Amino acid sequence: MDNQFPIQQIMDPNGIIVSPEYKEKITADLAKSFYRQLVRIRMFDRKAISLQRQGRIGTYAPFEGQEASQVGSALALQSSDWMFPTYREHGAAFVFGHSLRNILLFWNGRNEGCIPPAGKKIFPPGIPIATQIPHAAGAALAEKMKGTKNAAIAYFGDGATSEGDFHEGINFASVCKAPVVFFNQNNQYAISVPIEKQMNSKTIAQKAIAYDIPGIRIDGNDVFTVYFETLKALERARCGKGPTLIEAVTWRYGAHTTADDPAKYRDQAASKSRRMETDPILRLERWLKNEGLYDEAWVRDIEADAAEEIEEAITEMEAFPPADPADIFNHVFAEPTWQIREQKEEYLRLVGGVST
Amino acid sequence: MSTAVRTKTMTLIQAINDGLDTMLADRKEVVLMGEDIGKNGGVFRATDGLQGKYGENRVMDTPLSEAGFVGAGIGMAVNGFLPVIEIQFLGFIYPAYEQIMTHATRLRMRTMGHYTVPMVIRAPYGAGVRAPEIHCDSTEAIFTHMPGIKVVCPSNPYDAKGLLIAAIEDPDPILYLEPMRSYRSTREEVPEGKYMIEIGKGKKMIEGDDVTVISWGAMMPIALKAAEEMKIEGIQCEVIDLRTLFPIDKDIIAESVQKTGRTVIVHEAHATGGIGNDVLAIINDTSFLYQKAPAERVTGFDAPVPYFGFEDHYLPNETRIKHAIRKVMMF
Repeated sequence: MDNQFPIQQIMDPNGIIVSPEYKEKITADLAKSFYRQLVRIRMFDRKAISLQRQGRIGTYAPFEGQEASQVGSALALQSSDWMFPTYREHGAAFVFGHSLRNILLFWNGRNEGCIPPAGKKIFPPGIPIATQIPHAAGAALAEKMKGTKNAAIAYFGDGATSEGDFHEGINFASVCKAPVVFFNQNNQYAISVPIEKQMNSKTIAQKAIAYDIPGIRIDGNDVFTVYFETLKALERARCGKGPTLIEAVTWRYGAHTTADDPAKYRDQAASKSRRMETDPILRLERWLKNEGLYDEAWVRDIEADAAEEIEEAITEMEAFPPADPADIFNHVFAEPTWQIREQKEEYLRLVGGVST
Repeated sequence: MSTAVRTKTMTLIQAINDGLDTMLADRKEVVLMGEDIGKNGGVFRATDGLQGKYGENRVMDTPLSEAGFVGAGIGMAVNGFLPVIEIQFLGFIYPAYEQIMTHATRLRMRTMGHYTVPMVIRAPYGAGVRAPEIHCDSTEAIFTHMPGIKVVCPSNPYDAKGLLIAAIEDPDPILYLEPMRSYRSTREEVPEGKYMIEIGKGKKMIEGDDVTVISWGAMMPIALKAAEEMKIEGIQCEVIDLRTLFPIDKDIIAESVQKTGRTVIVHEAHATGGIGNDVLAIINDTSFLYQKAPAERVTGFDAPVPYFGFEDHYLPNETRIKHAIRKVMMF
């Protein structure tokens, strides 16, 4: 079956374009904007791990290695589209326009972090695996019923494909031709369980056959493939042709979360040694160098800008007002029930807070 | 002020159909979703004729996937629609439990009001109609335990329509439980057009000074019958229909129990963790010193709802209710 779903690739690990039909479409500006985003989210990711180690945020889910999948797919979206990320797609959410301060607030235990900037349709990170897949189907169907050209993207990992909600969501979307892209990042491990223990099938893309929708398997570390294939899937969605399942084959170099030790279940040295070949940023760097577009001063500028942006967000996150206990009660219902009103008043009286 | 309101004689299921029809006509965001609700009009005919009238987009047959269409309903609710979802029987809602517990009920809280889920889930519940197994569950307490969802349960056609419309108009998720045993058992006059019963308000069905009998849904006719029969023994029961199971109307309970000092709670759900215990907590908090006897609960047993060959033994009946009433009177 994997023969029927070969991994699509535009740029090989040496930074050579192997699908010549894309040569014209890959402009210097496009490539440079990809590179900038890849660097930006990797720097954020590394910084977030360090913040967790210092006790400045809570448990954090890193995505190093998956940057091309997240950047390519997020940049393919239009501003009015919907994004349904999981807890590992804050890179994609950031690229799509989420507030970095809010992303940090989320990882620091604050609900404020789930609120996207005005006009941005970004759902809070999906925590129970695969449950966001039906939401994306429903939100996309709503766009279709309103007669817009907006689409939705739902992210999920390889493990999510074993859940019932994966099937129920994709089946629902395929029946009503909802404009949605199901974007799987197959990083080959669901915490500690490798893909061969997760599923009998050799690919995730082949699961699309069951729904009679396109299933595409791509090199998730090639930002060009990710971008152009997501763009195509979104275009299909906007034209009323329904959903697409994309399997972006990738790898996470680090742990599942900062509470996880991958050395317990896989050979981290082997993972590290593959890096020269698989790292999505090194790959684009090679292309830029091949094209004579790589300029160290420009890279330093990008890094300096990203560092400044990240530091600003951290400062804002740390200067954020402390959690107001009233907020526990204020957003359960539009109007609090008597139970919530009583519990709130009693607790705030006890702690000397002011009821808001 | 008296306004002549046109009414129609309806069964409870007809009142639900009329409520859905009223809201489909009233608000274009209302969409009905569920299994067999389109051409077939639902297995109980709650949506009979509505797809023909409003089209397939607004009365949508979904694939057979409770988690899938409740999840999709959440996505639609967040994106501007007012989904009214039919679960064929409450006993089949469990695949959607996760979607309700982890998303529908807490999206408002997670996003501090940025995303909300104005969605109604309708589900027929309860035993007593000789239905196959799992078709008879009464597991409302699973949902009243969830913060962020309201649970309502009408017992008669008038309340059924008014509560349904109030549920659809409510900005938060609502579980609307339908006593399938009462779907066609009685008819009454139901106003045409739009009216609402306030969520969170119970109703006094019979006035009485001796014992407060508290119940809801499919147990109401039985509680009322038992109360009627106790008159022969000279015992005047005050019967309260809770109508909303979360948030429970605590004032109506406190007022009545403070008058009678004696309480019997009747529900067909299992005793342990049942809503009867929440009613007891309200009595404890509001009326402890008014009580003349420990309150009694007449409930389904802490056993799975049995096959229908046994259901007459499982379900509370007039005999058990009357026994409990005598017990609190003789304490």
